[in-house]
Amino acid sequence: MPMPSANIIEVNNLCYNANEKNAVGDALPLLNDISFKLVTKDSSKITAIMGPNGAGKSLLLRNLAGLLTPNSGEILWHGTPNINAKELAIVFQKPILLRRSVRANLEHALLAFKTPKDQLHNGTEQLLELGQLTDLANRPARILSGGEQQRLAIVRALAGDPKILLLDEATASLDPQTTFLIEKIITDTSKNDTKIIMVTHDLSQAKRMADDVVFINAGTICEHTSTKQFLSKPKSQEAKNYICGKLTL
Amino acid sequence: MCNFAFNEGFTILMQDFLATFSQAFQLIFSFDKDLYEIIGLSLSVTFAAVLISCIIGFPLGAILAIGKFKGRNFIRLIVTAFMGLPPVVVGLVVYLILSANGPLGVLQLLYTPTAMIIAQVILVTPIIAALSSQVIIDLNEEYDELLRSLGLSSFAKMKTLLFDARYSLLTASLAGLGRAMAEVGAVIIVGGNINHVTRMMTTAIALETSRGELALALGLGTVLILLTISINAALMMIHSNARKNAYA
Repeated sequence: MPMPSANIIEVNNLCYNANEKNAVGDALPLLNDISFKLVTKDSSKITAIMGPNGAGKSLLLRNLAGLLTPNSGEILWHGTPNINAKELAIVFQKPILLRRSVRANLEHALLAFKTPKDQLHNGTEQLLELGQLTDLANRPARILSGGEQQRLAIVRALAGDPKILLLDEATASLDPQTTFLIEKIITDTSKNDTKIIMVTHDLSQAKRMADDVVFINAGTICEHTSTKQFLSKPKSQEAKNYICGKLTL
Repeated sequence: MCNFAFNEGFTILMQDFLATFSQAFQLIFSFDKDLYEIIGLSLSVTFAAVLISCIIGFPLGAILAIGKFKGRNFIRLIVTAFMGLPPVVVGLVVYLILSANGPLGVLQLLYTPTAMIIAQVILVTPIIAALSSQVIIDLNEEYDELLRSLGLSSFAKMKTLLFDARYSLLTASLAGLGRAMAEVGAVIIVGGNINHVTRMMTTAIALETSRGELALALGLGTVLILLTISINAALMMIHSNARKNAYA
């Protein structure tokens, strides 16, 4: 069924608190009154979530993925709070790989997404090819290099043909060649009706890939604008400081 | 004078010991029928008990590790506490249940290998379940976000965790096997140590020692230790190989 081009994700007044309390006994707000809307259209296929360390980017991504429950506020997918697990996939900064071969990792994901058994082999081969992992198919996944592991994690996330792909610093600490390969997989995926929301610190990566940027600082959204505008004329002082490399305390 | 008497006594003791050892090895290498019958029964009872305990203990451990239900922590506490169940008490309880006047007396299982298997299952299952539970908890900490993001059901999650913890679960089953192999208190009560029917290595060692038949007791003891070492070595090799491939 074709996806409507209206708001694909709508986050309204989302707050997330840690269990720790501050000096006066109030819960520490890690995400504070976060609201934004993301649409799926040609001008917004890839959204980058940016911000300094500890700003709450990964927390926001985990809230979007349903791995954390917000203390208040709501996340709506096409206007409803529920989303099928198959439609949403997340790739973590440190890939979580099963203690199995590369092929078995992909088969596990395909089976989790109810792929019919007769399509399992073809599906696995396609994913192996997409991640350029065919030669490594029978190798134990956890002895692969960091880049190979991340490629595996990304193609595994695509096993369910998700409509939304969340990436948490998926290319952090990878070499340029692997980064290029992963970026290509992500860009190709975005051309295939999949909305990409990626957390990144890399300004040049955001410039290369993202159509718009959600900038977060200290758990609050400072601005949500096009990448071009964000990089050339950021509105908030926090974003200006971030782009200039100034430390904001 | 005193020194001379001690030396003489020590020499005689060593000679007796060596002679007994020699007889024990003769029994082993002459493939003594009685000895191998006891070994065969011991292995079949022990392996059957450990297999049944694994079938019960692994899923139970997984349920206790990641299941979400009321009283889970209490059940975990009980299962962990039962790791140290006194074998004679288990033997006595199983004896009472299986004896002619007991609730399962009609099955006439007392003094049969089945009764010994039941007693060993009761002793070994908590060990395997408690250790499995901890293994699954540790693995789930690592896998939790991935498995949740895949939208797996609790059952599918348990299946994944149990499969991926397979090599660590081998260690849990090894602990159970160690307990079952060394067990004497419960099996002697419910099995009765009947020759050619329920005589196992441990019960035979106890009996033969009390009768002064040290050669047979020592032979059985040697076999028991060699078997334990061999099984441990085999499982350690499997585990080490798995670790090399990052499967463990």
